[in-house]
Amino acid sequence: VAEADIISTVEFNYSGDLLATGDKGGRVVIFQREQENKSRPHSRGEYNVYSTFQSHEPEFDYLKSLEIEEKINKIRWLPQQNAAHFLLSTNDKTIKLWKISERDKRAEGYNLKDEDGRLRDPFRITALRVPILKPMDLMVEASPRRIFANAHTYHINSISVNSDHETYLSADDLRINLWHLEITDRSFNIVDMKPANMEELAEVITAAEFHPHQCNVLVYSSSKGTVRLCDMRSSALCDRHSKFFEEPEDPSSRSFFSEIISSISDVKFSHSGRYMMTRDYLSVKVWDLNMESRPVETHQVHEYLRSKLCSLYENDCIFDKFECCWNGSDSAIMTGSYNNFFRMFDRNARRDVTLEASRENSKPRASLKPRKVCTGGKRKKDEISVDSLDFNKKILHTAWHPLENIIAVAATNNLYIFQDKVN
Amino acid sequence: MFARGLKRKCADHEEDMGGALAGFRAVPSYSLQRQSLLDMSLVKLQLCHMLVEPNLCRSVLIANTVRQIQEEMTQDGTWRVAAPQSTGRAPLDRLVSTEILCRSMREQDGVHPAPGMGDDHVLGPGSELSTVTSAQTPRDPQNSVWEMDSPRENRGNFQKSLDQIFETLETRNPSSAEELFSDMDSSYYDLDTVLTGVVSRAEPGPCDGLQGLPPVATPASSSSCKSDLGELDHVMEILVET
Repeated sequence: VAEADIISTVEFNYSGDLLATGDKGGRVVIFQREQENKSRPHSRGEYNVYSTFQSHEPEFDYLKSLEIEEKINKIRWLPQQNAAHFLLSTNDKTIKLWKISERDKRAEGYNLKDEDGRLRDPFRITALRVPILKPMDLMVEASPRRIFANAHTYHINSISVNSDHETYLSADDLRINLWHLEITDRSFNIVDMKPANMEELAEVITAAEFHPHQCNVLVYSSSKGTVRLCDMRSSALCDRHSKFFEEPEDPSSRSFFSEIISSISDVKFSHSGRYMMTRDYLSVKVWDLNMESRPVETHQVHEYLRSKLCSLYENDCIFDKFECCWNGSDSAIMTGSYNNFFRMFDRNARRDVTLEASRENSKPRASLKPRKVCTGGKRKKDEISVDSLDFNKKILHTAWHPLENIIAVAATNNLYIFQDKVN
Repeated sequence: MFARGLKRKCADHEEDMGGALAGFRAVPSYSLQRQSLLDMSLVKLQLCHMLVEPNLCRSVLIANTVRQIQEEMTQDGTWRVAAPQSTGRAPLDRLVSTEILCRSMREQDGVHPAPGMGDDHVLGPGSELSTVTSAQTPRDPQNSVWEMDSPRENRGNFQKSLDQIFETLETRNPSSAEELFSDMDSSYYDLDTVLTGVVSRAEPGPCDGLQGLPPVATPASSSSCKSDLGELDHVMEILVET
């Protein structure tokens, strides 16, 4: 598998008609959902490539003698305001605002230039004509409209568009900055976790997000398994949090790996704004924003890995950052695991299922078969034992359509799109 | 070769005994596992990508793990002061140091634990391996393996921070245990452990016992010293052959 093709982020836009993916090679590929078409009923809901462009290039930081990877860490769409679509894409250091627009007409009959673009001699022009628009093949163009650079010393892990649609935040390992979408040469630092003495560094920021409705509220998670909620109205520098979410540690399961597995890899507000979800190495937790002492729900993703933590530390898998997502109605949550497995939890029915994103094990248009991992004792037919799991096949990025039951799952360099069966 | 059982200091004796003794595979002693985890962590911190800036989150988590282990070993008293050695020797005499290491290991055979550590904690020479190592080799940051692999002057904030993370571990407490750690030429130690780490990966579960157990020191048999000596001989072979 070419390293550059590994998908590093997946995101639906607000309507769900567009799905963007970013990869390690710095490319963005946007898929568009096919419109309903009576003559081709099967094509409804299919996503086809709409636009592909190179968002970021590799760079070299001469001061530090280090490469800056072109890998796209996150993509976030802006709400649509006109015919064009806008998205933010970021690598470790630079955020870019891209405009994706369609062109299906071109002008013909210019006065000052020929059809092939050569300038006409002004003295030869004897009559004036009005250029007319003629249809052409649809062309989708992506152009960078803003480049937000030089504001992050550390690696950017999150971007989040504010509900005011004018500002957004970008978070790196130690700081969170606030930007205005129109202004590229200035950003405001709103959170700073850098200790005065770097020797004392023991905690980093792992993810950050704006509240979906309250434009003054944001949350950020840390490597120590905590989430801080900040209100930007209280002070310019949100060093003091308004709320602090942390679940007390279970002393009976303490080990040298406790801190590492408590590190939160993703935090997401529910669409309603009442809850938030955190993903740590072994579980997903749902928190009520009004209760800081413990989560209201804890869902085990792959508890069978708890006895393998030492091996997972050795091969670095314990540092894998899994993302999580809500469905449109907040009734279900989804996150990835290993062996190309991903997990979905129905919060109301209190059921969960393990599915696999793999071409070998499922035929197109066939329903996915639930998978089960055998944790010990006799392995039943169709179960897979923990030791047979492929830890190189990890599903870190998943996305759920904002309105319908359509999900996008990135398995290394492949993108899978699943939807509810239509009768 | 390895100690048979793992003794938990608090709570569930039965569960632990059942689990530990029921296994047919011999489980290494707790302190050996903890040592191996420490070795692994130090290797991870040093073997960073040289071209791309390494992942700060990962490094902080590993450094915190190292700190935890070191704190626990300090509490146990396994992080002990050895007699101060003359440091006239050049730092590049690492090969020689290995030889001297073996010699002092044998000398320290049968050393009794320091007073005040409690009846349960009988420490074998195996767990003293790290302390002897630290005493022998003088610290010389200029020549550390890590620095040598990256000759460029401006390595960036992160590596400086890592260095400082290590320094933190040595300067925070003025106790003698910390002094010992500060004397350690981490380069040599890690060269050693890099090789042993690579070599001794055979067993699938050397760390199994470390998970889910509250930190506690366990009896280490004197035979663990032999295995360490065996590894040292192996290291010597590798160093000499290359």
